[in-house]
Amino acid sequence: MILWWIGNAVLLLVILPVVVILLRGVLGATTSIVPSVRKLANVAASGSQDLDAAALLLTTEQQVKQTVAGVANYGGSLDVILDDDR
Amino acid sequence: MPVFAIAAAGAVTILAVVLIVLALVFYLVSTILQLRTITAGLDEVIAGVGEIVEKSAPVNGVVTSINEQLDAGVDLLEGLLVKKAGLEDAVGLVDGLYPGAAEAGLRNFPDSTTVTAPRISEVYTRGTLTLARLGREAPIAMANPAAGPVLRNATGGSSAAGELYPGGRQSGPSNLPRSPAIGADAPDQYEQRDDIGAPRKRHPGR
Repeated sequence: MILWWIGNAVLLLVILPVVVILLRGVLGATTSIVPSVRKLANVAASGSQDLDAAALLLTTEQQVKQTVAGVANYGGSLDVILDDDR
Repeated sequence: MPVFAIAAAGAVTILAVVLIVLALVFYLVSTILQLRTITAGLDEVIAGVGEIVEKSAPVNGVVTSINEQLDAGVDLLEGLLVKKAGLEDAVGLVDGLYPGAAEAGLRNFPDSTTVTAPRISEVYTRGTLTLARLGREAPIAMANPAAGPVLRNATGGSSAAGELYPGGRQSGPSNLPRSPAIGADAPDQYEQRDDIGAPRKRHPGR
């Protein structure tokens, strides 16, 4: 009978507080992750929006090609009309 | 009495177990709810990252193509500049436009790093030296007999500009306000300063 009461005391005074402390730690760690995940989601959405202008690179590529082609034509004309260095 | 003691001990045991189970249920359910929130947030993150990956996929190829085009342009312009102006003057011109660029030299001409760049930009303005190097039609080209005879009449060349305005030089509007009359008999006389006509002040010698 005495051992039973000792067991009850251990259950109430040791095991129950240890279980509560451990579970509170797990819940606290889990709760602290939520704001970080929300920030990550916002950053990912913002990064995706920032890359909307990446499609304009195709236009830039075409314009660069046209510009270089114009420069090449201009350089070819200069090469014809100007004397070379002696 | 022993039966009551056993019943009391059993009740306390049951109470302790119930408390432990309640604590487990409360905290584990709370943890599950938080994990569900995290899962939903990570789904949003994955969707955003997926969009980033999808949108940035063609960037590498496009930028590489742009760089290739620009490299071709640089090669063309460098080659043309060196061909027309010579390596030494080309380095001087580039260094005049971009001070310090002579140390880096021209990309396709490794010998350009050893060339002592002439200080062209310290003597002439950029526009002048550009004209001087580009052709013999510029008056400044007379100073460089090595480039050959000039093609433009530097002294009488200004008449060529007059041909651009066959109707004559513009004279402006006819009803301009008259200039103010000045002098001793002018209608508006102003107070004469005392120092006018007086000996000039001399500063003490240093």
